[in-house]
Amino acid sequence: MPTWEYAPAPEARETARLRESYGMFIDGEFVDGDGERMKTVNPADEAVLAEVPVAGPSDVDRAVAAARRAYEQVWAPLPGRERAKYLFRIARAIQERGRELAVLESLDNGKPIKESRDVDVPLAAAHFFYYAGWADKLRHAGLGPDPRPIGVAGQVIPWNFPLLMAAWKLAPALATGNTCVLKPAETTPLTALVLAEICQQAELPPGVVNVLPGAGETGAALVAHPGVDKVAFTGSTEVGKQIQRNLAGTGRRLSLELGGKAANIIFDDAALDQAVEGIVNGIFFNQGHVCCAGSRLLVQESIADTVLDLLRDRLGTLRLGDPLDKNTDIGAINSAAQLARIRELTAAGEAEGAHRWSPPCQLPDRGFWFPPTVFTGVSQAHRIAREEIFGPVLSVLTFRTPAEAVEKANNTPYGLSAGVWTEKGSRILWMAQRLRAGVVWANTFNRFDPASPFGGYKESGFGREGGRHGLAPYLADEAEEAGA
Amino acid sequence: MTLTAEVPETYADVVRDAQTLRRFLHGLPGVDQVGAQARAAALATRSIKKGAKQWALELAIRCVDLTTLEGADTTGKVRALCAKARHPDPDDPATPAVAAVCVYPDLVAPAVEALAGSPVVVASVATAFPSGRASLATKLADVAEAVQAGASEVDMVIDRGAFLSGRYGQVYDEIVAVKRACGPAHLKVILETGELSTLDNVRRASWLALLAGGDFIKTSTGKVSPAATPPVALVMLQAVRDFALSTGERRGVKLAGGIRAAKEAVRYLVMVKETAGEEWLDPALFRLGASSLLNDLLLQRQKERTGAYSGPDYVTLD
Repeated sequence: MPTWEYAPAPEARETARLRESYGMFIDGEFVDGDGERMKTVNPADEAVLAEVPVAGPSDVDRAVAAARRAYEQVWAPLPGRERAKYLFRIARAIQERGRELAVLESLDNGKPIKESRDVDVPLAAAHFFYYAGWADKLRHAGLGPDPRPIGVAGQVIPWNFPLLMAAWKLAPALATGNTCVLKPAETTPLTALVLAEICQQAELPPGVVNVLPGAGETGAALVAHPGVDKVAFTGSTEVGKQIQRNLAGTGRRLSLELGGKAANIIFDDAALDQAVEGIVNGIFFNQGHVCCAGSRLLVQESIADTVLDLLRDRLGTLRLGDPLDKNTDIGAINSAAQLARIRELTAAGEAEGAHRWSPPCQLPDRGFWFPPTVFTGVSQAHRIAREEIFGPVLSVLTFRTPAEAVEKANNTPYGLSAGVWTEKGSRILWMAQRLRAGVVWANTFNRFDPASPFGGYKESGFGREGGRHGLAPYLADEAEEAGA
Repeated sequence: MTLTAEVPETYADVVRDAQTLRRFLHGLPGVDQVGAQARAAALATRSIKKGAKQWALELAIRCVDLTTLEGADTTGKVRALCAKARHPDPDDPATPAVAAVCVYPDLVAPAVEALAGSPVVVASVATAFPSGRASLATKLADVAEAVQAGASEVDMVIDRGAFLSGRYGQVYDEIVAVKRACGPAHLKVILETGELSTLDNVRRASWLALLAGGDFIKTSTGKVSPAATPPVALVMLQAVRDFALSTGERRGVKLAGGIRAAKEAVRYLVMVKETAGEEWLDPALFRLGASSLLNDLLLQRQKERTGAYSGPDYVTLD
């Protein structure tokens, strides 16, 4: 039998223009700050990439004050058409520095270059382009006759899509006339800092965007800061609840995009080959570090064996390894802590009696790695069917009737997304009406577009990002009441 | 249906009569066009470099059915093509020969003569190529002529009119009859996917041809546009994969028409490897029907060997 091994095809690491140390971005300038410094590592080999300052309480104070000044004196009074120009400029600069951002993202996060290159970076640019278009048309958004900004937004984002989440947060906030203090995740601060540099390059007025690297304490200081009018958080449900408790009664606005345990539902009349692709894309995209990942596969009993055979074959072709290799499908797990959590939950899956399977797959010696994993024989009561694993781990359950599929899909505290696979249009509509999830994908999965609102039900959060709806969380109350 | 092919046990029931065959074909899982296109596009982003590229170029040359199907074809042109098929690159004797030379039936004899003693076989199009519009008797006579003249492979076209109007039994019967007329020659069944309009139809036609005994399923005549496209190739490769999984029999896929660049050929090999499997990376199970493609493969091969691109004057025009 012939064997054809693809030769390594790595993207050049130098493209990332990695520096030994980065500053935090306050009032239009990069500064060292008053706090300690932390190191960010490459999860693929555990080597230190760069040193980054940790923003302390005094840095948060200065950033919020700068944002307040910029809001009152420059940004809010600026006509929408002028704000739009800056956003268009940022969008173009993201495209121009696309390769640099993609390589840097893959180094810092561990995700395969083909995803940072083809998904994260183009979508980040698309978000800025999209919201730039809204900036001078807010009166026509159906969100009231005179939509007004809220003020200073404190935004805390996760490590799974560092640049893209920064774009999701900044673009609508800036388009509507708010100013921002953004805290990127502890393990992935680099692309957000380059985005800050892009803001500088675009000559965005000082203080409109501030970026404060740091860990949980920095985030807590930011969201609790009395000078912040609006908090936007994407991350775990646990932290989201804490933030909501802290903000209760303060009158400050909040939107939360939290965890998920999405059902990807395959009916027996689905286009099977494409459904299998959808399963793979649903749970193995970005190593499963996706809040809307299709982590629960619900497959109709009559085709379960066929689907699983096709799926196992397909998983055999996935290539795990160097995130910078253009042929890598599965990159590194973002951190040791996340790897430990995935290991703990998969061990629990085995202990509870589910059957574990992974394709033959060699893991690199250094770095944080976990093979694509499928659990069969899973029941609704198992932890792996209930808790968000946030890793490349799929739990397979079966159903017999559409009603049972709905019941099982909804039987979770989360409600972020769901997928329905069937060639029958009426069934798609029937299911979509009954699924309690913010996003329902039909015959596709993990598909994102800046024009499409995204957000959750129940413990997956509230508020929408993207689309016309994504403007509402950044507009003063009357607009919110009128619209979303 | 009046004839029966030698079908694997698994599918003996399916070809019992025209109604059952029809129900089977319509019961195949659908193909979601958007998803199939996305998968084909994703596979095209594989980056094939260095040793992997050399290996692929070598294999692609070995999989070529070097083709001339023009009204203006002459014996002389066919002889020239055969010389090229045996030694594609006169400057480098290590260059592998192509798989076959593909011509019209009346030019099979000179091709057989010119290829005598070489591993290259002669393939002939038949059954009123390219339209398929002739009586069955004429089509069978066409096949018989090609086989008698020494063709080892026959590329037939299906009756698209019958297929699109749902007369699957008739298409099946024709393929079975042609297969019998082929005798020991291998049969490639051209689906002319550019006229089938949907990927669902491509899947049905693929299965129909496999059930009727086609050794290969082939995309196109090259006379209709679009010819071979990535989503169509994907669906056909899935069909032979599924057929092999359920019967244990491996059948081949031939992509023909519109493939001109070595880069496209390498992308198709990636698709073969990651869809049907490594077993299909073999001229016995995969072919590329082409004429100008070979020269680009040779140029790329020279580049990989010498490190420099030469020009179009460094490959032979035929």
